[in-house]
Amino acid sequence: MMYCSLSLIVAFALGAAPAFAQEQRSALAVREIVPGIFVHTGATEMMTQDNEGAIANVGFIIGSDAVGVIDTGGSVREGEQLLAAIRARTDKPIRYVINTHGHPDHVFGNAAFLGNGTQFVGHKNLPRALAVRGQFYIDAFRRIMGEDLIGKVRLVSPTILVDGALTLDLGNRSLMLRAWPTAHSDSDLTILDEQTRTLFGGDLVFLDHVPVVDGSILSWLAVIDELSSVSAERVVPGHGSVSNWPVALVDERRYLEKLAQDVRKLIADGKPIGAAADTAAAPERSRWKLFDDYNARNATAAFSEIEWE
Amino acid sequence: MLALHFRLLLVAGLLAAMPFGARSTHAATPENYDPWPGLVQDIFNSRPIVDGTGIIAVEMPYRAEDAAIVPVTLRVKLPPTDNRRVVAITLVIDQNPAPMAARFELGQASSVSEISTRVRINSYTDVHAVAELSDGKLYMTKTYVKASGGCSAPAAKNADEAKARLGQIRFRQFAKPTEGPQNGIREAQVMIGHPNNSGLQMDQLTRLYVPAFFINELRIWQDDALVLAMEGGISVSEDPNIRFSYVPNGAKRVRVEAKDTEGHVFQKEWKVDNSGI
Repeated sequence: MMYCSLSLIVAFALGAAPAFAQEQRSALAVREIVPGIFVHTGATEMMTQDNEGAIANVGFIIGSDAVGVIDTGGSVREGEQLLAAIRARTDKPIRYVINTHGHPDHVFGNAAFLGNGTQFVGHKNLPRALAVRGQFYIDAFRRIMGEDLIGKVRLVSPTILVDGALTLDLGNRSLMLRAWPTAHSDSDLTILDEQTRTLFGGDLVFLDHVPVVDGSILSWLAVIDELSSVSAERVVPGHGSVSNWPVALVDERRYLEKLAQDVRKLIADGKPIGAAADTAAAPERSRWKLFDDYNARNATAAFSEIEWE
Repeated sequence: MLALHFRLLLVAGLLAAMPFGARSTHAATPENYDPWPGLVQDIFNSRPIVDGTGIIAVEMPYRAEDAAIVPVTLRVKLPPTDNRRVVAITLVIDQNPAPMAARFELGQASSVSEISTRVRINSYTDVHAVAELSDGKLYMTKTYVKASGGCSAPAAKNADEAKARLGQIRFRQFAKPTEGPQNGIREAQVMIGHPNNSGLQMDQLTRLYVPAFFINELRIWQDDALVLAMEGGISVSEDPNIRFSYVPNGAKRVRVEAKDTEGHVFQKEWKVDNSGI
């Protein structure tokens, strides 16, 4: 009782009462989608102070010796909650943290896993992506989410780099990692759990949440063709619900094809880049969440790429 | 002189504004601090700059959807009855690490009335356009841009592809239905493949800053008459793209010459009637 009120006083004195309450290491809600694979489904929203950056799907896989974590969320707090969710289920060591690419909603929780021999794994381009953009992301999200959530974020660069393919072992459980050419971003990595044929697609796969083009729309479409031949039963997308494979790619492919087609026509007609932001892929609007937040940006990016075709 | 000035500014930008991590030690957030008075001193030698309404206009989207590719259009508004002409337009992005984005020199007889390009925006910022008229006076207008949140970053999306395109130049002419050929105004676009690296990125292995590598000079000619020249900086987006209106002088050829900070010279020319009007 005494301890409690003292703590409260301290918390108020620091102006951090709500933060104090949240500092309790509550575990992230996760669901065991197949034996040994746990997934937290992120909110289909932009990263905000309210959602603590928990907008992407994150998960972990438990082998007979060790645990592999796939993405760590949009804040160190989310990373800590993911860690708590793991520790509620196993005390095996966390051997690997695998980042599917360099965006803040997937890597900002990395700092929660530093130490204890955990190795960080990513696409060979991930160190460059973090170097070029990481500090910009930290500055931008400090403004949006506040110092309290962003202050502890560290850019943790992978020490195990994937160029092509790599197999990791968690003890009687093999994870097949594959680094892709530039698509959603220039550091996209997928993880296939061989035992259950479960694919972690990262942001190569969007459902419900409008796809975000931060790499190359044309190369992404080519990657989708190849990705669809991966032999898996289900996919954990970067955003959206766990879904059957490869039918999960249908909506995303349709959107990207429509966007590319509209942008190609605008360019042929001699329209300026600003026109793309206003009109391209408009018929897709009702089929996606966050369309107004990202479509104009996607169209701008697609225009600057396709005009070089 | 101006080239020297620009280089100095860039160095100042590199040292003062960015080195990642150092920024948080600034007491004020960048948005609270108005760099414009200092920029007037540095870029324009503290020359008086008066309101340019009716002389120069700058148009940008209020929200920068993609911080790496923000369209900007500069329009000359000087009425035809005015016997002065616009000699140069300087584009300043106040909060960027190297604020002087570009300086356009308008060819004497080219009647350039509109210039569009794409720039990087680091933060919420004022953007100034300053026109220098043939009487030597400076006129200013400005707009405000919000950098978008989300995954938008002012860096290359596909760094390998940007390098692969290095030095390619494309030229295209557009029909402009609203103005048409009757008043002689044409619209054209020059694209140059170049990563236009900002030089503000730290290589995590070497802990050294990647050197800046960008197009710093671009000249567009009709035969031997200059249409438009640009002195550019790291705020110009990768693969610099300049779209402009001008009045053809009957020349048979358009020629483009670009130079970058590593001394590469890229050149190409086109027969005007072959350029895909």
